[in-house]
Amino acid sequence: MTASTDGLLQVSGVGKAFRGLHALADVEFAVAEGEILGIIGPNGAGKTTLFNVVCGALAPDTGRVVLGGRDVTGAAPHRIARAGMVRTFQLMRPFGSMTVAENVGLAAQHERIPARKLRERSLEVVERVGLGPYAHRRATELPTAGLKRLELARALAMRPRVLLLDEVLAGLVPAEREPVLDLLADLREKDGTTLLFIEHIMAAVMRLADRVLVMDQGRVLAAGAPEEVTGDPRVIEAYLGEEPAAAEPRAAGEGADREDRTRADS
Amino acid sequence: MSGVTLAERPTDRPVKAPPLRPQNRQLLVLLTLLVVAIPLPLILPPAQGAVAVRILIFLLMAVGWNIMSGFGGMFSFGHAAYFGLGAYTSAYLLVEHGVSPWIGMLAGMAVAALVAVVIGYFAFRYKLRGAYFALATFAFAEMLRLIVTSTEFTNKAVGFTVPLIQGSSLSLIQFPADSHAYYWIALALAGAAVAVSIWFLHSRTGRYVTAIRDDELAASSLGTPVMRYRLVTVALSAAITAVAGAFYTQYYLFVNPDLAFGSAVSIQAIVTVVIGGIGTIWGPVVGAVIVGSLNDVTATLLRTPPDFLSFLQGRSGLDVVLYAILLVLIVRLLPKGIVGTILERRRR
Amino acid sequence: MSDIGNTGQAALAPEKDPSAAASGPPGGKRAREGAGATGGLLRRAGVVGGAVAVAIVVALLQSGSGLVVWQSVVTGLLMGGLYGLIAMGLTLIFGVLDIVNFAHGALLAVAMFIAFGVVQGTGLHPYLTLLVAVPALFLLGGLVHRGLLSGAGGGSLENQLLITLGLSLLLENGLLMFFGAEPKNVPLPGDFQFSLFGAVVSGARLYAFIGALALGGLLFWMLRHTRLGTSIRAVAANSEGARLVGINVTRIHTLTFAIGTACAGAAAVLAAPLVTVTPTLGEQFNITAFVVVVLGGMGNVAGALVGGLLIGLVEQLTTIYMNGQSSLLGVFVVFVVVLFLRPEGLFGRRAGDSS
Repeated sequence: MTASTDGLLQVSGVGKAFRGLHALADVEFAVAEGEILGIIGPNGAGKTTLFNVVCGALAPDTGRVVLGGRDVTGAAPHRIARAGMVRTFQLMRPFGSMTVAENVGLAAQHERIPARKLRERSLEVVERVGLGPYAHRRATELPTAGLKRLELARALAMRPRVLLLDEVLAGLVPAEREPVLDLLADLREKDGTTLLFIEHIMAAVMRLADRVLVMDQGRVLAAGAPEEVTGDPRVIEAYLGEEPAAAEPRAAGEGADREDRTRADS
Repeated sequence: MSGVTLAERPTDRPVKAPPLRPQNRQLLVLLTLLVVAIPLPLILPPAQGAVAVRILIFLLMAVGWNIMSGFGGMFSFGHAAYFGLGAYTSAYLLVEHGVSPWIGMLAGMAVAALVAVVIGYFAFRYKLRGAYFALATFAFAEMLRLIVTSTEFTNKAVGFTVPLIQGSSLSLIQFPADSHAYYWIALALAGAAVAVSIWFLHSRTGRYVTAIRDDELAASSLGTPVMRYRLVTVALSAAITAVAGAFYTQYYLFVNPDLAFGSAVSIQAIVTVVIGGIGTIWGPVVGAVIVGSLNDVTATLLRTPPDFLSFLQGRSGLDVVLYAILLVLIVRLLPKGIVGTILERRRR
Repeated sequence: MSDIGNTGQAALAPEKDPSAAASGPPGGKRAREGAGATGGLLRRAGVVGGAVAVAIVVALLQSGSGLVVWQSVVTGLLMGGLYGLIAMGLTLIFGVLDIVNFAHGALLAVAMFIAFGVVQGTGLHPYLTLLVAVPALFLLGGLVHRGLLSGAGGGSLENQLLITLGLSLLLENGLLMFFGAEPKNVPLPGDFQFSLFGAVVSGARLYAFIGALALGGLLFWMLRHTRLGTSIRAVAANSEGARLVGINVTRIHTLTFAIGTACAGAAAVLAAPLVTVTPTLGEQFNITAFVVVVLGGMGNVAGALVGGLLIGLVEQLTTIYMNGQSSLLGVFVVFVVVLFLRPEGLFGRRAGDSS
């Protein structure tokens, strides 16, 4: 394989089928260190499946995933996470019997730092995502927006080089989105974190992403700078098939639909 | 569990954790319980001594089962396997090779842990869940029972009888029948088991295990090696259950395949914890006290039954009927068990 | 486990999170194999047939007597029919309600004591006690479901396991309290024996086998061709959808549970002349029935019958291998192997796998 040095994360020729149905086909892209890549596409385009494959929750049928020059294709999720690539879930998956701080602390545990430092670190991260007042509450007591932040906090506590975010903004009202967007920008600035984020809210994609990957029916439809991609006729067509200008209104009325999915998933 | 007062707190300062870390508080409670329990045999009538020892054996089994099924969320229907391996390993070493039951106990722990890891590895490797997992654990325990029953060197259906000695010996764990030593040894073992479960739950390993129970995929995505920590959990659980088996043999001086590997043993462990509260530290303690003394209460009742129960004289089964009813009632009405329900109420 | 409502909802959600599939029981690879429908089924039937043939040859070598093996095969298959009937009830309950009924064997024991009691009390022909035992078990099953298993408290899988476990302890020890531990017999008047190509077969065994097949066939027909059967299958496939088209799901659940226990009742009467009746006898049958259910595919009624015949064979052949001991050991070995390698059963399609 051509292990070119410009990509911190390289995904090449990845395919995945469920019972003959191609969820991913020949997906190929690379992300450079410190880059922010937005991933968009209509529902069912395979975006979440892509994250699952990249992070080891599912093994791909074909293709390879290379992280920092190391082939991590099909490795166990915990190995990939410890290698520095961490993801969040679209449907929040808190550890229900733990407090918020414990949830976050769990993610930092693998570094074998002393207990006091571990607690400090987790509280620090909890503060950073704005969950400070809830630190010692049970995770299940958090409202949806809080759970979203908890997802983010846990991933941050791993101090990832590459962070994969699956719709972190979904379910948040516009006022709640701003601080999250600021935090993500801050992550790149201060921590040099490379970001991949799946997002339906176009405004956020336009603001944050250096580059955008458009997926449709398991394939990469287009990739490029945000302005370029959104003007691409193929992209417009893919979206027109679904719901025109979908992103904004959908996110607002999404609460109920999302909760349904949470239940179906758990 | 405090620290819930919210917005008034200045948010730029970290919120303080509860003053006494929970594990220290729980260890303190345990210490108090032990201090209270140590002089009990000197106060209680002698007949109650046997009940107390039985409660402690139940407690050991219950703590073992709770670690795997409660903390780990891996519902075992076959803990008789580990109880039996503990009992048989120490009995075999003692009877056939004259090895001290203390060493036999350690060997039994090792054997049980090893078997648990092997069974667990396959069960997790092939992703057995829920009912399938329960049935698989049950099947392995029954297979062990059948194998032991038909194997020459475990004396087939006869089992082992511990050779009697004159006087008492700590190294052979054998004392006169009315000695308090059995009680104190059992108390020490059970206390240690509870202490281990407290330590385990609050350790980093315990956190991983809890996280895997709550959400396996989320845990592994945050760097938790799922298989490794599951295996650690079943090994610890099996080892503690094996201690119960080894001590049981020494106390009753006799063991056979049904007593050691029978499904009744697994059920005993399950019922005890479910009544007390699955996944809690004190559930096994409360459950063991209830279930252990229930046997005694019904036995007394049947020895001299009141008139309306006189038809039951000499019949067995009442004790199990009672705890079966208790089990169903608890599951229906207090699904978190006694301790779990109390904790839940207090949190609100 | 194979939560039926779950599948329905996940299918509704457009971008179904496939991580659910990743953490679910058998991997996608196996599911794809299953999609290869009849070819796979034939192949598996071939493998099973081959394994049975090998097992018989080994038994021949071990015992050195064709007659002994033939006798085992005949006895095994005849007993297997009964196992099949018992397991059909169990697997029906699992397939529709997702409940692993630990009390199935204890309910069977209750039915045997009913048969025993009626024969003792009235001198009725044992098989006529079907008229008492089956309705009694049907009612008992309905009551158990309504009283203990339906509603909020019967929610999680663990709770259901625990409730049925408690119920089995209760029934077993209740029988022990009232009838004592002494074994009892329900002799079949005018029982006879005949030789089937050298194998000795008793009339009671043959009747039991024929009765089991007939009742199993009746159950199967009922599921396929009656309105109730259609409703039951609809609820099994998708309870949410069934609710939407106006099926009273709770009622169907209760009826299904009742029918499942009635199967145990019928099997108990048929088996009563063949065994010594004790309160704990249900345990053995329960274990065997679980194995049969897993072998045939949890929730697969026809598979249960085939699984029953196979397990009857395995049990008898193990007796030959082990020189008369531990007929159950072979059953467990088969169980564990199937559980690990093909948890959806030999003829599998688990209830929840059909999305």
